[in-house]
Amino acid sequence: MTTAAATAGERTAKAKPATMAQALGRALRDSMAQDPSVHVLGEDVGTLGGVFRITDGLAKEFGEDRCTDTPLAEAGILGAAVGMAMYGLRPVVEMQFDAFAYPAFEQLISHVAKMRNRTAGAMPLPITVRVPYGGGIGGVEHHSDSSEAYYMATPGLHVVTPATVDDAYGLLRASIASDDPVVFLEPKRLYWSKAAWSPHAPAPVEPIGRAVVRRPGRSATLITYGPSLPVCMEAAQAAVEEGWDLEVVDLRSLVPFDDETVAASVRRTGRAVVVHESTGFGGPGGEIAARITERCFHHLEAPVLRVAGFDIPYPPPMQERHHLPGVDRVLDAVARLQWEAEH
Amino acid sequence: MTVQELPGAAAYRPTPPPAWKPLTDPAPLLPDPEPYRVLGTDAAADADPELLLRLYAELVRGRRYNTQATALTKQGRLAVYPSSTGQEACEIAAALVLEERDWLFPSYRDTLAAVARGLDPVEALTLLRGDRHTGYDPREHRIAPLCTPLATQLPHAVGLAHAARLKGDDVVALAMVGDGGTSEGDFHEALNFAAVWKAPVVFLVQNNGFAISVPLAKQTAAPSLAHKAVGYGMPGRLVDGNDAAAVHQVLSEAVERARSGGGPTLVEAITYRMDAHTNADDATRYRGDSEVEAWRAHDPVQLMERELTGRGLLGADGIEEARTAAERMAAGLRERMNADPVLDPMDLFTHVYAEQTTQLREQAARLRVELDAENEQHGTDDGGAGR
Repeated sequence: MTTAAATAGERTAKAKPATMAQALGRALRDSMAQDPSVHVLGEDVGTLGGVFRITDGLAKEFGEDRCTDTPLAEAGILGAAVGMAMYGLRPVVEMQFDAFAYPAFEQLISHVAKMRNRTAGAMPLPITVRVPYGGGIGGVEHHSDSSEAYYMATPGLHVVTPATVDDAYGLLRASIASDDPVVFLEPKRLYWSKAAWSPHAPAPVEPIGRAVVRRPGRSATLITYGPSLPVCMEAAQAAVEEGWDLEVVDLRSLVPFDDETVAASVRRTGRAVVVHESTGFGGPGGEIAARITERCFHHLEAPVLRVAGFDIPYPPPMQERHHLPGVDRVLDAVARLQWEAEH
Repeated sequence: MTVQELPGAAAYRPTPPPAWKPLTDPAPLLPDPEPYRVLGTDAAADADPELLLRLYAELVRGRRYNTQATALTKQGRLAVYPSSTGQEACEIAAALVLEERDWLFPSYRDTLAAVARGLDPVEALTLLRGDRHTGYDPREHRIAPLCTPLATQLPHAVGLAHAARLKGDDVVALAMVGDGGTSEGDFHEALNFAAVWKAPVVFLVQNNGFAISVPLAKQTAAPSLAHKAVGYGMPGRLVDGNDAAAVHQVLSEAVERARSGGGPTLVEAITYRMDAHTNADDATRYRGDSEVEAWRAHDPVQLMERELTGRGLLGADGIEEARTAAERMAAGLRERMNADPVLDPMDLFTHVYAEQTTQLREQAARLRVELDAENEQHGTDDGGAGR
């Protein structure tokens, strides 16, 4: 990807974003400055700067034609973005909350994901759909869904989710530069979280589709992404006392899926736990566990386990801590890996 | 409970909402009560004879295209064909009012509009034949892919027109939808966006009476579909959809209005689907012969022919010429559709993403193995193509 070098250069020239929210805003700004065909549209993205302030200042800097407050209609927003992309623009759409994106599902599935295929490559749609997702911010119902499995099940879409400040910047820039549509899932509870700080030194932007080992380890692999990365990092730290040396893999991209990095890690450690907030049944973890089993069966010393949200509609905020997989639930699974290996 | 006023206190008086005024005057947006007509009226005298003759030739060709495509379904050459027989005036006018730089957004029934715009008849039929989803490059012809989901192409037309205007291009998008499609959410969202953005779009509703089997009265309680426009703040226009001259004129005015920055228009063309929804549908279950016969007397090709012959603009030679040209088109179409399309199964993986994912490469390799085994079994070595 040619943006990598430019991105690294640009970042050294400016103050480093402190939060994921700032990094996302910076990525939008830099993309718009670099490419006049990049347009941001959505509900409240203009004057207000988005309800999460990700688009703050864009309308002022680039004008309302480039950062547009639309009528409140998700299918209309995404449908209009399709037409804009057909005419050569690069729309970046903001869906205000995970569950608010559902009215736009038909546009996403029937048109955004398929247009390249329908037209035999003549009409690719370079659209980025930003979806703040996941729980943990005390939102009332319809504000905390983890909808990644729906998107993953749709060929033609890339599905990307950052867990660090650096990735928020780099992956969003790569998504906007991509000639294919990208569903860019933003873990909203990491928007302002210190946990979202990258554990490593700033790295150049990598192409979409590569997982990264956040913590090397020898005794088991935690496979995770987005909002669950800090949980896994903390669990890995805590597990040291139990004698576990856990490796943590951050997927960063659910589609395309980096089988190589995941399989290489599990072959080294022989044990794997997939951790995410989304429901376990029909969730991403089932797919990931199956892929690991198919590739690493003879290296496995225990079944691949999943630590996921319960198979329930997202609970009211006063109950959500019971639903979201935390450090203890991850450590319990790790302990089960030992038990399963011995029995 | 009675509210008692305290002695000496000022009486409570509810105030009206501050500074309310209507955003626009609704009166100019309302459609005329009668559908606009040209043929058989005084307005026909003002119509350009050359345009009428051109519309006539296209109507004759369009009718022949519909009958030929329907025949191809009976021969198994098309998987399905949603005929626009009876609606040719709308199809032709939609294609002819647009400049080359403009865009057409057809629904699944509007193959004919795409052909009238100049698209190769075979390329226009690949979706319905089943060999390709879209047999042409939409950018090359400025024709969006034929849209199967209802009304979902309307927001695309709005977005494209909006983008063109942002780029300073003098481009209009014309989007076609049926009466059933007006009940969909995307219809509403598209019209609302278009009006708010003042996008250069024209929405053409072909009200052909039925959404498969459901009649208009069960589809809407609005006075007319054109009346819906006023709720969005755009003009609504009613036109006789079998009168090609009238549809052409109303659409021309709407296109001109859009091009000059006046914003979108909603045009409702009152027409009738003479054939069933598709060749797979039985229309006798939901409508009677007498209704169909009444519309047969209002046939779009006949309306134009009567107007032109009555005014001495068209004679037997002219009619013969138009029919011969239509037969030539039909024969060419028949011949080309009778050749099996050459397909490469490996294309299944080519256009999912710009760059194939590892997973798709693995699956493509799997299919390659299966094809090779098949070819070995059948003793062919054509690489899996052309079976």
